[in-house]
Amino acid sequence: MGDMFPRGRVSVAGASTFGVGEMPGHSTIEMAGKAVQLALADAAINLSEVDGLFIALPDDLFAGLSLAQYLGLHPRFTDNNRAGGASFMSHLVTACMMLDAGYLDCAVIAYGANQRSSGGKLSTPARPDRWDAPYNPMYPLSFYALAAARHMHQYGTTREELASVAVAARLWANTNPEAFAKGPLTIEDVIASRLISSPIRARDCCLVTDGAAALVLTRTDRAKDGPQPLVPVLGAAAATWYNSVTQADDITVTAAAESGPRAMAMAGLTPGQIDTVQLYDAFTINTILFLEDLGFCAKGEGGKFVASGAISPGGSLAVNTNGGGLSCCHPGMYGMFAMVEAVRQMRGTAANQIAGAKTGLAHGNGGTLSAQATVIFGNAETV
Amino acid sequence: MSGPSAEWDAALAEGRFLLQRPVGGSGAVFPPRAFAPGTGAELEWFEASGLGTVYSATWIQRKPPEPPYNVVLVDLAEGARMMGCVEGVTPETLHIGMAVKARIVAEETPMIVFDPVEQADG
Repeated sequence: MGDMFPRGRVSVAGASTFGVGEMPGHSTIEMAGKAVQLALADAAINLSEVDGLFIALPDDLFAGLSLAQYLGLHPRFTDNNRAGGASFMSHLVTACMMLDAGYLDCAVIAYGANQRSSGGKLSTPARPDRWDAPYNPMYPLSFYALAAARHMHQYGTTREELASVAVAARLWANTNPEAFAKGPLTIEDVIASRLISSPIRARDCCLVTDGAAALVLTRTDRAKDGPQPLVPVLGAAAATWYNSVTQADDITVTAAAESGPRAMAMAGLTPGQIDTVQLYDAFTINTILFLEDLGFCAKGEGGKFVASGAISPGGSLAVNTNGGGLSCCHPGMYGMFAMVEAVRQMRGTAANQIAGAKTGLAHGNGGTLSAQATVIFGNAETV
Repeated sequence: MSGPSAEWDAALAEGRFLLQRPVGGSGAVFPPRAFAPGTGAELEWFEASGLGTVYSATWIQRKPPEPPYNVVLVDLAEGARMMGCVEGVTPETLHIGMAVKARIVAEETPMIVFDPVEQADG
């Protein structure tokens, strides 16, 4: 058995972002709390109706407890699952199962971070483990650099192909009012940017911004009566293969190769039936790896695929339509923002709306390519 | 009685680079475990040859004049993979597929580094 999922029986009733870019003077819990308030208003649901809280914060190991306190709730359940940037997709799995089972009636998933205003550097409590630490790798950057170097060696992926991921993200961001990084960016700019941990350069890296986001989930029968277009959850799967990517059998294949097919099987969809794709692009190599692992192109072909213009505005596959972590926002953990953009695409309200999009995939990455989680949303026509 | 990690540390302090394998079996397990990952089988220690091949490599840049330093993944000849660094190489000479051999550096906390191995054919 396994992988029984209540396809379409739970829906996103509310969604929000808050303080994307710069929002000085706010703590992480204040950011997250504000996003929850906005998502509940979006759903026209009262705070007192929330009975499940799902959250991970960069600086609070007991964030589930802190959010209950901040909101003034006595929830039936809190979930503080920490799978890095994939935490929130994992939260959604649990929330869907609990809502469908009737254990919960209204679940909130939330995140907030002030990484830009509080120092401008990625802040994470995670560290290399004791076996990796003596060699002083940059965490997490060098681990992605090792994957990128191997991908280039194994498949002939080029520096220009990596750069084209950043350029595509910027093109999407340029027409998204919420995106933080705008303006021209060329392949030459990316390749000329500062080398950090070869082959990764400064413009291969996600932004460091502030930002908060929240989703409100209810059973679909209730969400149908809400004020927003219906966005049912069609499938969601998390896959964890290790903590340090040092332990990968093949560092060019991530657990997205498991989470993607499992989520798509739950949804009853194939990659060709996914209309919009939001990927956790912490670094340019991520987009290439996940496009391959999720089945949008063959393994090893990701570089050529992105360099062809396929993922740029007007291309054959709508990827990171908000500008992604590379150019829209990256407040430490990006997972929530991928999901909110997927939801906006399903509602028909995204800044770069894809006409006629009925299905939207949001993919989260956690640790050092270690934990992967894939969520597939639909619209009213898909249930 | 110590756990496997402490046993590994103690051996390293004595100048021995240990790996584990299933009792009577083949392959190698690293980092050390109390039992074989995936199967739960009992493990035994054995001394690694120290030979390996560079699986991937990155050079971490520092503020000049500090030179960059490398971090590599090494596929050990016996089967496990570990993080490491290769000494005596430059960004021009270090490459994926390079044959390397482990050396224990006896610092306050001993650690394993790798040196390039001269290839017979090249």
